[in-house]
Order: sequence, then C-alpha cells, then structure tokens
Amino acid sequence: MLSIDILLNAIVTGILLGSVYASLALGLGITFGILHIPNIAHPTLVVAGAFFVYTLTQWGLDPIVAAVIGLVPFYLLGVVLYAFYSAVFERKGGANVLQSLTLFFGLSLVIEILLSLGFGSELKSVSVSYIGSSLKIGILTVPYRLLIPALLAPVTIAAVWLYLSRTSSGTAIRAVAHEERALSIAGLNPASVKRHAFGIATATAVIAGAALIMVGPIEPFAGRFQIGRVFAIVVLAGMGSIPGSLVIAIIIGIAEALVSSYLNPSWSPGVAFAILLLGLALRPQGLFGAAR
Amino acid sequence: MKKNSLLFLAGVIIVLALGFLMPWLLRNPFYFFAGYVVLQYVTIATGWNILGGYAGYINFGAAGFFGAGVYLSAFLFTTFGLPLPLCILAAAIVGAILGVLMGYLTLRIQGVYFAIATLGLVVVLETIVHNISGLGGASGMAVYGPRPPAWSPGPSQYNFTVMVVIAVASVALARWVEISWIGRGLRAVRASEDAAECSGVPTLRLKLVACALSGAVLAAAGAPYPFYTSFVEPVTAFSLIIGLNAIAMPLIGGTRTWVGPVIGALLLASVQQIATVTISSELNILFVGAVLIAFVAFAPGGISDLFGRNKGRARP
Amino acid sequence: MTEPVLSLKGVEKRFGSFRALGPVDLDVGAGERLGIIGPNGSGKTTLINCITGVYRPDGGSVFFEGRDISHLQAHKRARMGIARSFQIPRPFTGMTVFENLLVPLDYCHIEGSKHDRASSVLASVGLSARVSDPSEKLTQLELRKLELARALVGNPKVLIADEAMAGLSEEEIDEVLAILFALNRSGVAVIMIEHIMHAVMRFSERVVCFETGRLIASGTSSEIAEHPLVQKVYFGE
Repeated sequence: MLSIDILLNAIVTGILLGSVYASLALGLGITFGILHIPNIAHPTLVVAGAFFVYTLTQWGLDPIVAAVIGLVPFYLLGVVLYAFYSAVFERKGGANVLQSLTLFFGLSLVIEILLSLGFGSELKSVSVSYIGSSLKIGILTVPYRLLIPALLAPVTIAAVWLYLSRTSSGTAIRAVAHEERALSIAGLNPASVKRHAFGIATATAVIAGAALIMVGPIEPFAGRFQIGRVFAIVVLAGMGSIPGSLVIAIIIGIAEALVSSYLNPSWSPGVAFAILLLGLALRPQGLFGAAR
Repeated sequence: MKKNSLLFLAGVIIVLALGFLMPWLLRNPFYFFAGYVVLQYVTIATGWNILGGYAGYINFGAAGFFGAGVYLSAFLFTTFGLPLPLCILAAAIVGAILGVLMGYLTLRIQGVYFAIATLGLVVVLETIVHNISGLGGASGMAVYGPRPPAWSPGPSQYNFTVMVVIAVASVALARWVEISWIGRGLRAVRASEDAAECSGVPTLRLKLVACALSGAVLAAAGAPYPFYTSFVEPVTAFSLIIGLNAIAMPLIGGTRTWVGPVIGALLLASVQQIATVTISSELNILFVGAVLIAFVAFAPGGISDLFGRNKGRARP
Repeated sequence: MTEPVLSLKGVEKRFGSFRALGPVDLDVGAGERLGIIGPNGSGKTTLINCITGVYRPDGGSVFFEGRDISHLQAHKRARMGIARSFQIPRPFTGMTVFENLLVPLDYCHIEGSKHDRASSVLASVGLSARVSDPSEKLTQLELRKLELARALVGNPKVLIADEAMAGLSEEEIDEVLAILFALNRSGVAVIMIEHIMHAVMRFSERVVCFETGRLIASGTSSEIAEHPLVQKVYFGE
C-alpha cells in the first residue's frame, strides 16, 4: 500500500501540521526556552485562545481578524499571570521549578474547567468560506483549512523572531534570563521585561488558537494532547531557538502524518512524546548544557 | 524513635483490625463503597510522595501508573484467573519497572524534564490501551470479580478490606523509607543534588529506587479497581482527577513526612466523596485545582506545616 | 614534597568550543596546605568540579592515592576521601544541623558511632549549640561552618574549601582559618580556593595561580606575591 500519492500527501500534510504545531510552541519557546519558566499551561492558553476566536466568529467576525483583536486581551492576561507568578515565587528569591510546574498545572486545570463550564464539553469549530475547499496540485490535495493556518504560523514566528533579534526591547528579553544583574545596571527593570515577555508569549496563544480551531474542531480539554508536542519542539530545538523550533515542529508533523497514514490515526498522540523521550534519552548532555 | 515505631505498629494493627471487622459491624454498603475510594487516594498520595515529596521530583503521570495497574490486573484476572493478591503483586512489580524505565530515561537531566515526561506517560499508555483490542480498546471491558471469601460479607466490603491492607502497607513502606538512610539521602537530593552527590550519596541510584517504590505503590493502588467498578475503560483508568489528586493531596497535607499525604488524602477525598453526591465532577476538579493553587502559592509546607512546626527529628 | 595524595595529569575541560580548563598538571601532597588563586572565570571552580567528579574531564586523568579516578562518579570519590564545601553554602534544607551531618555518615562507611562522630565534628567547628536547629535558621557564618562540618564528618583525606570565607568579617575569617588549620594538623590536605588574599597567603604552604584555565605560577606565598605573571593578572602591568 506504499503508493506514492499517499506518501506525498502525508508528507505535505505533515509539513503543514508541523507549521501549526510551531505556532503552538512559540509562546512556550519564550516562557520556557528563554525565561526558563515551565509554563505547562501554555497549551491550555492556546485552547482558551481558540475559544476566544470561536466566540467572535459567532458574531460574524473572520477568525484571523478575531485573533488580531485577541492579541491585546491575551497580552494583558499574560501580564497578570506573570504578576501573580512572580508575586508568589520570585520575591521569595528565585522560583522553585517544581512548585511553579505545580502552579501552572493547577492553573491549566482551572482554565480547562472554566472553558468547559462556559462552552460545554462538545466540539466547537469555525466555518469560513475560504477554509471549506481544497487546493489540488497534481496528485496533491491540500485542504485550505490546513493551508491557511499553516501559513499563519511562519508569519507569526517571523514577526516574533524579528522583534526579539532586531529591537532593543526584544534584546532585553533575550538578555534577561542570563544577565539579570547587567540588565538592572543598564537601567531596565528585569521584572517588567519578564512581564512584557510573558505577555507576548501569551498573546501568541490566541494566534495559535485561531490556527488550531481552523484546522479542526476543538474541545476544552484539547490542550493536554498538545503538551507533548510543544515541549518536544521547544526542548529539542534547543532552548530558546525560535527558528529551530519550526524545523523540529515540521519533523514531528511529518512523523505524525506518516504514522496516521500507515498505522492508525489513533497512534499519533503518542508520537511527539516518543520523539521527546528518545531525544532526552539520547542527548542528555546537550540538553543539560542548554537548559542550565 | 523506638517509641514512635511502637506507636506506629499499634496504629497499623488497629487500622487493620478495623478493616477486617468493620464490614461485620456496619450494614450500609455505601460506607465501604466510599471508603474504598478514600483509601485508594491515601495509597496514591502516599506512593506519589515517596518520589515527589521526599526527593522533590514531581510526577504528573500518577494516572499512568494507576491505569497500568488497573489494566494489568483486569487482564491477568480475566485471562488467567489470577487471584487478586497476585494481581496486586504483579501490578506493583510492573509499576516499579515502569518507574525505573521512566526514571532512567529522564532523571539524569533536570527535574523539569522528568515532570514533562511523566505527563507524556499517561498519553502514551492511554494511546496504547486504546489500540489493544484485547483490552477492550476505547469502549472498555467488563470484569466479573471473584466471589468474596467467607470472612467478608460482600464484594464491596471485601474490596474495602483489600484496600485497607494496601493502604496500610503503602504507608508503612513510606514511613520506612522516610526514617531510613534512603529517606535522608532523598531529602538531601531534594535540597541540593550536587551537595548530596559530594557527600557520598549515589543520587541517581537513589532516585531510581524512589521511582520504583513510588511506581509500585501507584500501580498497586489501581489493581483492585476493576473489581470495584466491574468495568474498566481508558478514560476512567487514566483519569485526570487521579493525576491531579496525587499531587494535590500531598501538597495540601504536607510533603515532608508520611503523615502529610495521609491527612491530605483523608481530607480531600472525603470532601470529594461527600461532594460528588451534590456537585458535578467538573466542579470537583475546579475545586481541587483552586485549592492546589492556593496551597502552592500561600502554604507550600501544607497543613502539617501550618499546625505545629516541624520539630527536628534526629537529636544526639 | 611527600607522596602526592591527589595528582592531576593533563586535565582538560571544554564547554563546546570554549576551553574552560587546562591542560593542567598539579600534585597535592598528603597533609599539604595548598592555596589556589586566580581571577573570576580563571577555571578554579571547573578544576574543583573535575577533581570531585561533578564534571568528567575531556582529557587527562585524576589520580587519588595512586589510583586513576577519572571515571568514577562524584559520590564514589567522596566516599574515597575527597570532600568539598560549596562557594554558596548548600545546606540540606528541611533537616536539622545534626541530620545534615548524618547524610555523609550514612553513605561514607565510617567506623564507630555516627552520633558521636557528628557531635564531635559539630563541637570542633563550634556548632554544638545549634545541633537541633533547622539548617534554614543559621547565620551566614554558621552556614559556612556547617558546610565545612559536613565535608569533614566523613574523615576525608583531602578537603577542598571553595571560597569558604567570602563575605565574612575579619573575626569570622580568623575563626574559619582556625578550623582549617586544626583540620590540617590532623593530617588532612586542604585545598583553599579563595579571593581573600591575606587569608590564602597566611594559610598556604604553597600557592598556585590560575588564569584563563591555565596554571601560570606556583610557589610559596611570598614567591607568588612577587611573581611577575601574578602581578600582571591582578594589577595589570
């Protein structure tokens, strides 16, 4: 059954899926990869973003426009989350990783339940005219509902990457994790830099959420299946490497697409975790150095 | 120390005696039905705390170990007719192996990766079970439990007594770990891994031991579950609330001693048992989640730390 | 010099393309008092980590009592008799002062009563009054003492004191020095890594200076103080 068109279609689907995963992982790349805050609630924030977009589309708005509108409230949400986080931990002289993991774990559950109480536990989806059909090129069939979100991701990633590498406030974010003291000597307040970074990270969740709900219907607990993917992407890309995350995300996307085409779609949730575990087991030194 | 151990032993005997006698004293089977769940959580919280509390390695995947225990015992019983005690033993062994495997893959790196990997364990195991038709796949399988032995008045009472024994054994194990050189080494690991290693503590090996013991207890907690519900399905065996309670109960009770998880589990599980009658399972999770956040943020030492400061245990 | 208890031959450590240390050759005699100086980032802490086994060296070998220990894990080296204190004290929080000392005693196979050994070591560093206090309650000086006591309790043959006096007052420095002198009189080799020059100079029989991962000078305190390379490192020109 190894026909070339199935293989090709799987690879193309994988690349597009991977691109979407990269946008899911973008915020975590900032919080965990750069700030070293293990925000395991990020996938849930993405799902919250998806529900935000869903709500606005119910009022007739385009999902992409809805996502752009969502940037501000989600940025503010991130600022509030960080303010809470730092009030609890950083004032006590450095956060305990395990406690902050637990905090974000609790937080993600609370968000999930609130979503499920507010929207019900059924699947929700958006319907827009331009994501109904498929683009056909020769033997390739590319549904627009996958293509459009997949194009959204590189744009967002490029924007964030340009911001981080080209602007002075972006540079401050990259510097804050390593040289907190130098930053305060330079007259910048590390706490406000981190708060800003956390805000941006959370704002990317609404774009990722728009992408996710365009790809397929979503339920409040969908975040759990993304945790493996997003952490695999951030960790294996090398902590803090945002362009690298796109590459890893596409590899994971292709692996998943191949597994669902040739084995069974029900196996695909385990793929990213398997890749992550293998990566951790094979390259502990490399990861250790990067994660310090 | 000796005096404390004698007191503990006396407590163990009393609880075990109650576990065997209560079924003949109380008529209403509901108590045993609810009591089973409370004791199951005492076991889960205690098992989780061996690694999460003593060594400070957070395991988000308690439901993975629990579910593995559930399915293993369901499988062994329905296919080979293995008696319940052997099912429990088998579950404990497989849980220990799973723990070591998990630990070996991730423990050489930092605790964050261990925690993330444990999140994955649940997804991976649930995916596997979903895809094995012999275990009923997504739709689950019915398990017709053994007839209760003559010394127990009925199936709920029998399951209850079995759970009393498992819980007591787990708490005794956790207490032994805590007061032995293993516990001291684990607490040193929790405080500073480098300093522990430079004091002669074989940190990796010790963490693997903790993983194995913790995994064994968590899986054993799941072993009688198929007989309790007569039906297993992936969603309940790998349930979110189990992973959540496993963390929340020790954190609420206090993670430093064996008492903390027991207090946390008795409190939280009893509240949940009473509340399930009146509120939905969603509100239940919301409640536990909020309590968890509150404790992490404002009382990281848990209840046992709020009442009575931890007195120095070892004195010259 | 007497028979070396610890011997480094061509030890090197790299992080990626950055060479943090070496190659270094260094012998430490049994019962010697050796001072190690050098600016921040000169490789002193990397050196300790290579000796104690926190890092595996990328090249060369570490010998302890004539045996190649380069491939042994840190806890095995600690049990053989290489002890260290940390630059930033790392008490075992959640334990009493007394329990802190029981950790090495549990794992280092010491003959005799653990309780007696721990009590006598705590008395020798002046922490007797604090035995049953939680380690979180200690002052900076007491934390330093605990750090030393925990390193000593396992009867080491070499003690590496990594900036054990940073941030202490003059009187407190004298107290710590007295502890280290007393320990050395009982036959333990002491390697002192320190920025507080007068303390190193007073304490050490021999001082070595590191810069950019290399050993650039070695000699008695007065020889080192006069050494042109050392002066250049510390005073420019």
